[in-house]
Amino acid sequence: MTLYEHVFIARQDVSAPQVESITADLTKIIEDHDGKIAKNEYWGLKSLAYKIKKSRKGHYVLLNIDAPHAAIAEMERQIRLHEDIVRFMTIRVDEHEEGQSIVLRSKADRDRRPVRSGERPPRKDYK
Amino acid sequence: MAASRPFFRRRKTCPFSGDNAQTIDYKDVRLLQKYVSERGKIVPSRITAVSAKKQRELAKAIKRARNIALLPFLVQ
Repeated sequence: MTLYEHVFIARQDVSAPQVESITADLTKIIEDHDGKIAKNEYWGLKSLAYKIKKSRKGHYVLLNIDAPHAAIAEMERQIRLHEDIVRFMTIRVDEHEEGQSIVLRSKADRDRRPVRSGERPPRKDYK
Repeated sequence: MAASRPFFRRRKTCPFSGDNAQTIDYKDVRLLQKYVSERGKIVPSRITAVSAKKQRELAKAIKRARNIALLPFLVQ
């Protein structure tokens, strides 16, 4: 068994629950070939650095996979046929990262900061 | 020697070597962005002082990030 990190980008007009079902399908393929998914991370709808198949945004999903090569080959074959996946990348890693990846950690930082645009919070009444 | 040269700059050290160094990860866009130019090109290590070994790792990480559209191939 080998450790892999796999990132795929789903089309922007696919909804979040649909992305989840795609992830579930891929998980099933891996598990049918005696592999397992160590972690599954949904990064949300991110804007792409350049257009891919006419889309400017995409749903990013990261999968940490521990599986034999046959499972990866089958999953990639299915992904190539999949219409809603615009891009994917699988790389072999020596070890899986523990906890959340940097993408979600930096996102959490950003969420903690106050929102700058939009409506301001209501003024407090000082007496 | 150093005093005789009028513009002596302290030699920068590699930001990825030594204690509490950052790890290079293709997913860490904020880190990688520091090592690409405004045009999106990889900055040579003689400017950023990254060691040769780490520069190879960094270049690989940047290329991976470009592949999954986290970084642009070129900025117009």
